Amino acid sequence: MITSINISHVWVFDQDEALEFYVGKLGLEVSADMEFGGAMRWLTVRPKGMTDREILLEKVAPPSVDPASAEKIRDVITKGASGFAVGFVTTDAAALHAELKAKGVEVTEEPTKQFYGTDFAVRDPFGNRLRFVEPATGYVGR
Amino acid sequence: MPTSRVTAARGAPAVTSHDLTPTEARNRLMLRARDIMDRSFGRGLDTPSLGARVGMSEAHFIRTFKEVFGETPHRYLQRRRVERAMYLLRETETSVTDVCLDVGFNSLGTFSRTFKEITGISPTAFRQRHQPVRAVPTCFAMAWARPSSFGEARLASPPYSGASAAPGGAAEAKEDDA
Repeated sequence: MITSINISHVWVFDQDEALEFYVGKLGLEVSADMEFGGAMRWLTVRPKGMTDREILLEKVAPPSVDPASAEKIRDVITKGASGFAVGFVTTDAAALHAELKAKGVEVTEEPTKQFYGTDFAVRDPFGNRLRFVEPATGYVGR
Repeated sequence: MPTSRVTAARGAPAVTSHDLTPTEARNRLMLRARDIMDRSFGRGLDTPSLGARVGMSEAHFIRTFKEVFGETPHRYLQRRRVERAMYLLRETETSVTDVCLDVGFNSLGTFSRTFKEITGISPTAFRQRHQPVRAVPTCFAMAWARPSSFGEARLASPPYSGASAAPGGAAEAKEDDA
């Protein structure tokens, strides 16, 4: 039986730039940042204090992927075709939206009231799509 | 090789990677234009003003957008508007005329013709055939409910048909950008 999700994955082009965005703009914290010599850097972030889930910020580059594939993946991400990367939960969608917008984050959908809560969407610096929801009171489906 | 930062045409500089090749920077800029269409489809958007938003002449913008996404910005905007119209026809009681105006068409004739050309059926027939769908985030619904330009749209039974229990519900996004 699978009981939870511990790691999600997002492709990034530059891990320092990813940190600047995911930590510096979104306000997540570094969960692990380990270099293993050479090109390998295990970099994960998580919502502050959340110890059982992390997001792996993996660089699109050799030797993990071959150069031609890396080029294709980057092409797809910058076209916005990388799909729905991560959905975050917030206690105040309006406040978070205002904060991110002030920080220059590219908002693609303004806060909108849905039956499941109020949510909005942004793009990360590379083109990945992220979503933030303030769940509606009593809504437990998400 | 890194290229210059892609900046938003207005407001704070957008947070965009510096680590982009010229081709990737072009993709990202066209994605920004497409995101504007996704957001502001209901307002008199046109190709020249969209081009201006990304710092390009109309002709250059159309050519570049087509290279990146395989269709003209005008066609993309039509599909976005038709997708919204499908949503409103399916989920609300709004009249066909009001749906037409709400999604950004100025003329009922153009709306009906475009809707039929893209989906294969008229707005009225679409409303009669389709049930509400709901329960997924709007970006997902928007992407998957958008009628295709690439061949699937004219299937006898499109993927979005009869999907009363399938994901897709998307509320009207509140627009504060344009």
